[in-house]
Amino acid sequence: MPEKKIRVLIAKPGLDGHDRGAKVIARALRDAGMEVIYTGLRQTPEMIASAAAQEDVDVIGLSILSGAHNTLCPQLMKLLHEKGMDDLTVLVGGIIPEADIPALKQSGIAEIFLPGTSTQDIIDFIHKRQAQPR
Amino acid sequence: MKDSSNSQKPDHLADACSRLRAWEKITLEPVLAKNPERQKQFTTVSSYPVRRLYTQDDLANWDPVRDLGFPGVPPYTRGIHATMHRGRLWTMRQFAGFGTAEDTNQRFRYLLSQGQTGLSTAFDLPTLMGYDSDHALSEGEVGKCGVAISSLADMEVLFDQIPLADVTTSMTINSPAAVIWAMYLAVAEKQGADWKKVSGTLQNDILKEYIAQKEYIYPPEPSMRLVIDTFEFGIKHTPKFNVISISGYHIREAGSTAIQELAFTLRDGMEYVEWAIRRALPVDEFAPQLSFFFNAHNDFFEEIAKYRAARRIWYKAMTERYKSVNPRSWALRFHTQTAGCSLTAQQPMNNVVRTAIQALAGVLGGTQSLHTNSLDEAWALPTEFAATIALRTQQIIAHETGVTNTVDPLGGSYFVEALTNEVENGAWDYIRRIDAMGGMVKAIEKSYPQREIAEASYRYQMAVDKKEKIIVGVNDFVTPEKPLEILQIDETVAHRQAERLHKLRAERHTAEVERRLAALRKASKGSENLMPFIFDAVKVYATLGEICEAMRTVFGPYEEVAIT
Repeated sequence: MPEKKIRVLIAKPGLDGHDRGAKVIARALRDAGMEVIYTGLRQTPEMIASAAAQEDVDVIGLSILSGAHNTLCPQLMKLLHEKGMDDLTVLVGGIIPEADIPALKQSGIAEIFLPGTSTQDIIDFIHKRQAQPR
Repeated sequence: MKDSSNSQKPDHLADACSRLRAWEKITLEPVLAKNPERQKQFTTVSSYPVRRLYTQDDLANWDPVRDLGFPGVPPYTRGIHATMHRGRLWTMRQFAGFGTAEDTNQRFRYLLSQGQTGLSTAFDLPTLMGYDSDHALSEGEVGKCGVAISSLADMEVLFDQIPLADVTTSMTINSPAAVIWAMYLAVAEKQGADWKKVSGTLQNDILKEYIAQKEYIYPPEPSMRLVIDTFEFGIKHTPKFNVISISGYHIREAGSTAIQELAFTLRDGMEYVEWAIRRALPVDEFAPQLSFFFNAHNDFFEEIAKYRAARRIWYKAMTERYKSVNPRSWALRFHTQTAGCSLTAQQPMNNVVRTAIQALAGVLGGTQSLHTNSLDEAWALPTEFAATIALRTQQIIAHETGVTNTVDPLGGSYFVEALTNEVENGAWDYIRRIDAMGGMVKAIEKSYPQREIAEASYRYQMAVDKKEKIIVGVNDFVTPEKPLEILQIDETVAHRQAERLHKLRAERHTAEVERRLAALRKASKGSENLMPFIFDAVKVYATLGEICEAMRTVFGPYEEVAIT
């Protein structure tokens, strides 16, 4: 039986329209054999949480370059918790000051990928994480 | 050899050709046999192939009279002014904006006190999307990427003690450009400045929003109507104002190649011209108020070739396609910003060096104004420390390097002229393809430029991941490092803005605001120029969100087809 494909939701929360990173990651993960759903722009945390539930994804990748991460990420994590989706892996990529990283991880974000990260590092991280029993 | 008909060449060219063959045979071949070159193929940052050596042979069909000419005259390859930077240096215009209007007003006045010669305003995302600071969707975004402006009251604070009659200001705003411009003109009016003399630049380039930056509100048709409304208003009331800055910057930042940046930007420019002509505006009345904005990326010569080709293409388009007879419509004036996307979070001090080299390309390419990015760009908005180094970088280029002593110092270089030709030809290929689709709005609806850019950006990332392209400090020469001190914008900005809006709504003449918003809604349904209606609403302190919403109820929102 073929191995079940990892399902990933790539989402752009907030008002930011800079989608270069989100699109590159979506394509790189797809080329690496994952099922990728891209939400498109300007998604509220509510929209992202319900898309994740509906699409039954294993991973959510958020791309944020606007500086709104400290507001948007905790909101999404709270919603996922309320929906009983704590086992989901949530990743963030974008312009994130280092000082903000500990609080984001505290809120349940599995990893934060900063500018300059290679797509292979993100692919490897997802594979490793999904292989871990949780 | 591209041309084998040596017999038909003038003697000196035939001689040069045979000397080149002799050099290849006698000198080059043994060297290559002993020491092969580092790579099989050498390419620009846009993956455009670059040959080993450029000679006369690469300029076989190049005519220095037709293709190069002199500065200040067609085809403007060498620059749009006869004396270029000997006569007047470019405007040093650092893009700034964060927090509240007070915060940014302070940064503006600091930059002016440090020798900056023009202002450039960055607005926050809610403002760019036409939402007031207290809108639900603004949560977490207020004052983060730029300054929060929700009404004329904020605009008055933003330009407090800055004389708009003397200082030129650029405003990076697109979908709500007409509204922000109306606020700016209202402040100028209050300061007693003569609109006929007020000068500055409105970005107002909605096409590149659909293509690249994605900060759109309405669908293309009504958006284009608003843009042409500002053209018409500008001709009548503000002849010195650049009503649009047709921008390649964001197209490049989204991952395009240099040729794509050039082609899509100039085809956008042609689209605006065509829509304005369809409105029966005479080309030579509005075209002198059009300006351009390009990126300055890492590949030095490719960028210089791009600027030179841009001027040549625009001249040809204006005279051949649009039958312009006014030389002021022919000369492509442009602003340059160094490439934010080229800056690294790793070893951020290296970004000072990248920015300096990119800025030098802009200067050698004949820019009219320049923004140099700050070293901390990949982390946050710049601190005052970082913004000062960025400004100093321009001052060093202007006053210490000597590159401004002569006009177009690279003119006549085999490589630069050949690359200028090739970049121009590449751009025309794209332009003709878009013509065949029925123009840029149609091409955007087919996602054509979006797809081309996504392809290029993916190819580039793969090349970086495979180390085919080296980025110092990122995929090579990596060292451990300490965190950088950066600018933090806290949530008190949002609270202060919310309070100010609350007070404004309580104190203004509500019935008059409602009446003028209703008039705008009604006019939006017809075909009148909307600028006077927007101006009327702005003056009684209708907010940006209210004005944009009034038009949104008529025009509807725009949703793109997301491609990955």
